[in-house]
Amino acid sequence: MAVTSIMIVGVGGQGTLLASKILGSVAVTQGYDVKMSEVHGMAQRGGSVVTYVRYGDKVHSPIISPGEADIVLAFEELEAMRWASFCKKGGTLIVNTQRIDPMPVVTGAKKYPSETVEQLSKSEDIRLIPVDALSLAKEAGTVKAVNVVLIGVLAKSSGIDKDVWIQAVKDNVPERFRDMNIKAFELGYNA
Amino acid sequence: MKEIMLGNEGVARGVYEAGVRVASAYPGTPSTEITETIAKYDEIYSEWAPNEKVAMEVAIGAAIAGARSFTAMKHVGLNVSADPLFTASYTGINGGMVVAVADDPGMHSSQNEQDSRHYARAAKVPMLEPSDSQEAKDFTVLAYELSEKFDVPVMIRLHTRVSHSRSLVEICDRKEAPLKEYTKDCGKYVMMPGMARMRHVVVEERQKALQEYAESSELNVVEMNDTKIGIICSGICYQYAKEALPNASFLKLGMIYPLPPKKIAEFAKSVNELYIIEELDPFIETFVQSLGIKAIGKERFSVLGEYSAEKIAEAILGKKTETADISLKEELPGRPPVMCPGCPHRGLFYVLKKLRLTVSGDIGCYTLGALPPLDSMDACVCMGASIGMALGMEKARGKDFARKLVAVIGDSTFIHSGITGLIDVVYNKGTSTVIILDNSITGMTGHQHNPSTGFTIKNEPTKQVDLVQLCKAIGVDRVKVVDPFDIAEMEKTIKEELAAEEPSVIISQRPCALLKSVRYTGKVVVDQDVCTGCKMCMRIGCPAIGCKDGKITIDHTQCNGCGLCLKVCKFNAMKKVGE
Repeated sequence: MAVTSIMIVGVGGQGTLLASKILGSVAVTQGYDVKMSEVHGMAQRGGSVVTYVRYGDKVHSPIISPGEADIVLAFEELEAMRWASFCKKGGTLIVNTQRIDPMPVVTGAKKYPSETVEQLSKSEDIRLIPVDALSLAKEAGTVKAVNVVLIGVLAKSSGIDKDVWIQAVKDNVPERFRDMNIKAFELGYNA
Repeated sequence: MKEIMLGNEGVARGVYEAGVRVASAYPGTPSTEITETIAKYDEIYSEWAPNEKVAMEVAIGAAIAGARSFTAMKHVGLNVSADPLFTASYTGINGGMVVAVADDPGMHSSQNEQDSRHYARAAKVPMLEPSDSQEAKDFTVLAYELSEKFDVPVMIRLHTRVSHSRSLVEICDRKEAPLKEYTKDCGKYVMMPGMARMRHVVVEERQKALQEYAESSELNVVEMNDTKIGIICSGICYQYAKEALPNASFLKLGMIYPLPPKKIAEFAKSVNELYIIEELDPFIETFVQSLGIKAIGKERFSVLGEYSAEKIAEAILGKKTETADISLKEELPGRPPVMCPGCPHRGLFYVLKKLRLTVSGDIGCYTLGALPPLDSMDACVCMGASIGMALGMEKARGKDFARKLVAVIGDSTFIHSGITGLIDVVYNKGTSTVIILDNSITGMTGHQHNPSTGFTIKNEPTKQVDLVQLCKAIGVDRVKVVDPFDIAEMEKTIKEELAAEEPSVIISQRPCALLKSVRYTGKVVVDQDVCTGCKMCMRIGCPAIGCKDGKITIDHTQCNGCGLCLKVCKFNAMKKVGE
């Protein structure tokens, strides 16, 4: 199979690393060669974070260049805008319609972009999937499950069997949060 | 069995499989997970050392004593541990010794972009460079064989995109490496001039043998394909180049020092156009040019930052990838990292900003205090530098300047290399105020224990360095402990200590908000009838506090109820609920 390239972007602390771990383990169970690249350290402290996941018969580069991503899964609107051009023509952009003001906006030095989703929806090159993952996570029981809700949305677009995803969620979350996370996944999958 | 693992976990697995007995390191992104993973193997003694130099010395001692040993660090950590490494190159080892060093092209989490390969050449020790997690493991195992065969510490060079990338690794069993016999050998291990002169001869002989090995080593692989374009590369650049130019011919160097001149010349002859693709400095290129071989390198590739398959395709083929057309109306605001909600450093930096002090900074989460709105750092160079630099500033500009000058340094950084700076202050009659930010953990690298936390790498209780007693013992008579969330007390103390014309230490003590033992409860809400929109609370730079239409808002997905903002609001407009 040709290489599939997926980017998970968001704000440090949103749980993007767990989402990429789940995606990575799904790809492994499908028998693919898998490479993922993460950022640790300073950028994790509330900064813009990006994780690359690539799978297929043979993967060389662990990172994705602009115009190469089949899917960009954005945990936040501004980050969706920042990384949208990494989508290939015909690629998919999943956007969690949540806004987290970066510090330059908080301090008033910069403005948060207006009409984020409207602007993105004007592009004819991408398929845009907006989803209110924060509300769905609250419905599942905790705002912290935003990442697993979004994994549910991604799973729907992936063409990989749902049960494989559910198993990967189970394998990657602590047992006491398992039911809540499965609920979050289902809410995302059916969104 | 194959497992998906980080490059760092690959190195750790290699250390395990090679039968290593002793591992010592100081955390540093992007190298930290190597030692964290090693700590999970009970067959290996592992530890966090106070700094990289001590870690290197522990590894050298263990190797001389006959065990296979290991140390890991980030690129700048190699500067700290270079002293013992350079001479361990002379003494050689007994049990095998491997040093992993992780560079950070693009500076994701570093203060500079130095290229560690120069150290291999300068210290005359071999260096291997893996390109994925499997190689990270395999090269580590092989490095121990080379170390023992050539009687030399062997370096493994990693970088962010190998250390922090995950790929599949075939797992093998551990092969025990029994302790080698230890015999006293002054001529080999006591490096006084007379003995060192003899050992230098051995080092130069070894250099020749290593170069011979490089010529025939399975680490340096030729992949002949279309001969129009030939590429010499190593590490992650191989993966990028292979993706960009799958049909080109490659000389993939798994051993980056010493380089194999004959192999390179042969490969150069067999291709029409020769490219050298390496991030950072022209290390391979300089060597190739010294052989009189024409190759295209830095004339087309940057010495700055990271490469990618796309950048390589563009530089060689002039090919640009088409991207989705996204036209945005406005320029996007950046998202620099910030101190977490509940961060204990925030209270201290709020006071430093308020007092408009000159702040000599250091390496850790608190370096984020340099960014708006806290804006309170004047300089930050390397681990431990804050105190010595503050003393230098005072000696340059006089005692009056020192009345508005503080050094800030974390607990772990103070232990790492701040203590000696403080001794200098006391010994040479400085009057600086040093603030130790004691958050009970090594924070930035992801929560590692250190000598001031009272726990080992395996979470076993141990003796805890008493920072107050330590400062007093080296001659600081004025030592105060203050909670940074007690803003009024912090402000008062800093003013008092700055006024005192003698060395003083303030220990700003409150645990990191991300520690499991820290449980803030409830959320902050703003009484909109009381809030005047004065934005005083926004000066603490908390990511949970925002402003919409002149009114303060709290993002409850981020607020952890630490309550610091309540203390800066003069109108009592902020309340805690849900406690």
